[in-house]
Amino acid sequence: MKPWHRFRGLILPVLAVAALALWPVITGKPANRESAFTILKAIALASSLNILLGYTGYVSFGHIVFYGFGGYVGIFLLTEHGWSLWESLLAGGIASGLLAFLLGSAILRLRGAYFALATIGINEAMRAFINNFELFGGPTGITLNFSAYKAYGGAAQALQTSFYVGAGLALLALVLSYFVRVSKFGLGLLAIRENEDAAEVMGIVAPWSKTWAYVLSAIIPGMIGVLFFFKNGNVEPHDAFPLHSSIELLVMVMLGGQGTVFGPILGAFAYQGMRGYLVTSPIFKDIQLSVSGALLLMIVLFIPAGAVGWLRHRIPPLRRVLA
Amino acid sequence: MEQINLLLTSLPDGILLGFVYGLAAMGLTLIWGVMNVINLAHGPIIALGMFSTFFVYTRLGMNPYAGVIPIAVLGLLAGILIYAVAVHRVINAPHLSSLLATFSVNMIIIGLGTAALTTSPYNVDFSAGSITLGSTTLLGSRLIAALVTMSFTGGLYLFLYRTSPGKFIRAVANNRAAAELMGIPSTRILALSFGLGTMLAAVSGALIATFFPFSILSGGGYEIKSFVIGVLGGLGNPIGALFGGLILGILEGAIPAFLESSWVPVIEFGLFVLILLVRPSGLFGAKK
Repeated sequence: MKPWHRFRGLILPVLAVAALALWPVITGKPANRESAFTILKAIALASSLNILLGYTGYVSFGHIVFYGFGGYVGIFLLTEHGWSLWESLLAGGIASGLLAFLLGSAILRLRGAYFALATIGINEAMRAFINNFELFGGPTGITLNFSAYKAYGGAAQALQTSFYVGAGLALLALVLSYFVRVSKFGLGLLAIRENEDAAEVMGIVAPWSKTWAYVLSAIIPGMIGVLFFFKNGNVEPHDAFPLHSSIELLVMVMLGGQGTVFGPILGAFAYQGMRGYLVTSPIFKDIQLSVSGALLLMIVLFIPAGAVGWLRHRIPPLRRVLA
Repeated sequence: MEQINLLLTSLPDGILLGFVYGLAAMGLTLIWGVMNVINLAHGPIIALGMFSTFFVYTRLGMNPYAGVIPIAVLGLLAGILIYAVAVHRVINAPHLSSLLATFSVNMIIIGLGTAALTTSPYNVDFSAGSITLGSTTLLGSRLIAALVTMSFTGGLYLFLYRTSPGKFIRAVANNRAAAELMGIPSTRILALSFGLGTMLAAVSGALIATFFPFSILSGGGYEIKSFVIGVLGGLGNPIGALFGGLILGILEGAIPAFLESSWVPVIEFGLFVLILLVRPSGLFGAKK
């Protein structure tokens, strides 16, 4: 095996992110930059969730809590303590990672649906708590002062920078996901997914592995949160912890194929594309949610492995490039 | 003293509300107990129950309680349909599949509901009088709702413990493979259990509609409350769910006397996570 063969599975993900980052540059339309950013954000979040959901087999229904919490911490430091965007990004990621570490040590003992319910509870508890937390602005949240953008060359330039940072974070999420997938640690996670008791008998320290999988899946959502709310200009409880976004992420991972590196990318593209089409189409505009629901049902019932899983199963040569 | 007065007015209200919460949670926990499926389409069914009451009262001009039995029957049928279409194929799959399958049903109902009914609030402007005891006022609609809940709980208990389909349900919940070997038609029993679960959700929605304004999205909040109650009372234990509902009702009645009411969800969900951690089988034991 040639050395670069080890990284073959990364080729398609890197190309996909590069194409998304260059798309607005080539077409020269700012509107495309917004849609590309939405997809990049979805890729980063879905890939992170996939580490827990796809590799470890734990269904987190409230993964968006890390996005909201990291975002709050980062924006708080940025506005109240004058930290730079870069420091805040790091702080947001670390805060989410820490939260995941603390939560994970406790709730990862729960299995199956009990864990899923606990994650919903945590998301709702966090939203309700931040709503009452005066330091973070309570129900009105925190608004960025417009002058905060000056340090980054004005608002327009700051948006441009945020876009490239977003692309960088998406890439980081994918590289992380890939290296977890091919590492011994990742193999341990897959074993836990298949049968946790058997994995423990084989010498995998399940609580340790699960907690680290949870932490790894929380860091990038925290950073994305900071970036998104920086770009947005404000953060409030309602936007930071939307339960339905957690579920959208699950749908993306399922669509593309859980437990694969490329799956979440495909899922993010497909879901955002479909949503964009349905929202604007005259026939489906009013019932777009129902159409998405019906499609999701079809996938769950008939192609549970998702698109990438299905392709890998049907066309074996593809397994080399589709990690 | 002021707090005592506040408590006297809000606590009885909370307790009566707790009965109805308990009814919704009973449906969720019954389904979990029989087939280990968390029904994420619970909320929209509750919302449909609310709209059924609106239809009965505002469009047909009848007493809203006349609708309870027909709504229960429709809820049962809807549940059997959902089971056949969405749940049956994934009944043995990992949890993610059944969670997402029921969630897609949720999306379908909410989508159609939004298109047909919009998301603006509706109101059933119905009053069943009130009873005043000292400084406490009990609303008639809440008393009747608590009575209806108690009769449905009693009915469910009798059904599960005194009839043969009820016995079959308990057998399937206990050990599906063994029940099949004994000749119990497990698919039909699972469909019936799912139907009963959604029936209870629809009835609780029908009752809640007489208290508060609602929209097609209102069911979501009660669904999450049902999770909390289900875990409090022990998932899979329908009678525990009624007690869990009462506990939640008491909390909602008592907390506003001491703290801002916006703290209620913080305490509710904090308690929920805590119970999951220390006693995942719930306060009254999980399924039996």
